[in-house]
Amino acid sequence: MKNYSIFTLARHALDRRKSWSRAWRDPTPRPSYDVVIVGGGGHGLATAYYLASEHGITNIAVVEKGWIGGGNTGRNTTIVRSNYLWDEAAHLYEKSLVLWESLSQELNFNVMFSQRGVMNLGHNLQDMRDIYRRSNANMLNGIDSEILTAQQISEIVPIMNTSPYARYPVLGASFQRRGGIARHDAVAWGFARAADRRGVDIIQNCEVTGIRRGNGKVEGVETTRGFIGAGKVGVVAAGHSSVIAEMAGIRMPIESHPLQALVSEPIKPILHTVVMSNAVHGYISQSDKGELVIGAGVDSYLGYGQRGSFSTIEGNITAIVELFPIFSRVRMLRHWGGIVDVCPDACPIISKTSVDGLYFNCGWGTGGFKATPGSGWVFAHTIARDEPHRLNAAFGIDRFVSGALIDEHGAAGVAH
Amino acid sequence: MLLIRCPWCGLREEAEFSCGGEAHIVRPLNPDELTDEEWADYLFMRDNTKGWQSEQWIHSGGCRRWFNAQRDTVTYKFGATYKHTDPKPEDRD
Repeated sequence: MKNYSIFTLARHALDRRKSWSRAWRDPTPRPSYDVVIVGGGGHGLATAYYLASEHGITNIAVVEKGWIGGGNTGRNTTIVRSNYLWDEAAHLYEKSLVLWESLSQELNFNVMFSQRGVMNLGHNLQDMRDIYRRSNANMLNGIDSEILTAQQISEIVPIMNTSPYARYPVLGASFQRRGGIARHDAVAWGFARAADRRGVDIIQNCEVTGIRRGNGKVEGVETTRGFIGAGKVGVVAAGHSSVIAEMAGIRMPIESHPLQALVSEPIKPILHTVVMSNAVHGYISQSDKGELVIGAGVDSYLGYGQRGSFSTIEGNITAIVELFPIFSRVRMLRHWGGIVDVCPDACPIISKTSVDGLYFNCGWGTGGFKATPGSGWVFAHTIARDEPHRLNAAFGIDRFVSGALIDEHGAAGVAH
Repeated sequence: MLLIRCPWCGLREEAEFSCGGEAHIVRPLNPDELTDEEWADYLFMRDNTKGWQSEQWIHSGGCRRWFNAQRDTVTYKFGATYKHTDPKPEDRD
């Protein structure tokens, strides 16, 4: 497989795009691998890629029950930021943001990462106090952050309703200019292609049905395409983490909820940054195709159905129209739900388990997309060295026993 | 929009309800003797069942009373709803 460049692009344009080779192979599973990654979403593919590129382990299979990037990687609102309150979370997400900044070059695949800024609005006095606190904490951690007044917000986003007479007036915002959006499918495809080039087998339409163990050590995974032996197994199954954990006799502090989002018909460029509001609960950006990408909160009930309630969407759209009256007549094109794995402290679990050689990376809840490269990077380290990197040492599953939770609920800019 | 049968008010629409999570988790009667692992299990660990499970719901926009319901977490279809003092019904497939 050749590198993508302006020259290959020109050559393939001349031959009417007939000679593009496939971006990754479709291998039959071998009897065993050094490492099997369960779940071919962005995080799983990134883990396989960094195991190969950073740790020299290339005898890897990524098994995916559907097609790669068909789960939450293709079902999110693509926002990338690192403005988390607590040190542990801030360092982890900042590592990820730094990786995002050179990801297209690293993968030789344009992930269309666009640092257009992320704005978190405050609508009342307590919101503003929280914003000042979080923004100061970010700056102390070396993460860029600014505080905007309502006047400054309306200069950046003139279409926003910043009137003091609004039902929930906009009083100010935090603004992280290095934040932004990326092309979600390209992230899955880029990591898949880059991992495949280093010898990783990506096995699609292969569902894990059991985890074989002996003497407290993992031996491999039972799948719909037969048993695959493995020295180590890394589980990155998002909404289905509890289902896989149960196969290994492990209980998880996770609840799976539907999280919905929707996009509008494509319109001309009108919103060139990301706007998020915690209090009225909506977030919005405009994709490069021109669609408005709108995110809602999670549905309150547990759900594996990849769809949610209309009332959640209704409340979300009410908030967006209140903030942006100009969007009231924009028509919506698509609407979908993903299953997010929510932890009690809204922070991930990137951890060894009680089973030797079995590792879990889950609990990212509603904010996993932004962490894709960083999550893969620290999880690859955890699997390769059999110990966590200092960036994910605090994110062990043992924190629910010790009580050392990292309470990012509400502190992270979004309250779900 | 789901229709939920409140044991007191009958069929009402979902927006009137709030979900209180997994049902039949009993607070330990011997808190002094519990280990940290047992506390973690009670406080944080959840079955997170894919399929039929028993849940707590409250009719917050109506009679404001709690009740339990069986619901399929894949299809979101409701089965029996019952008072939270009633025993857990037989698991259904």
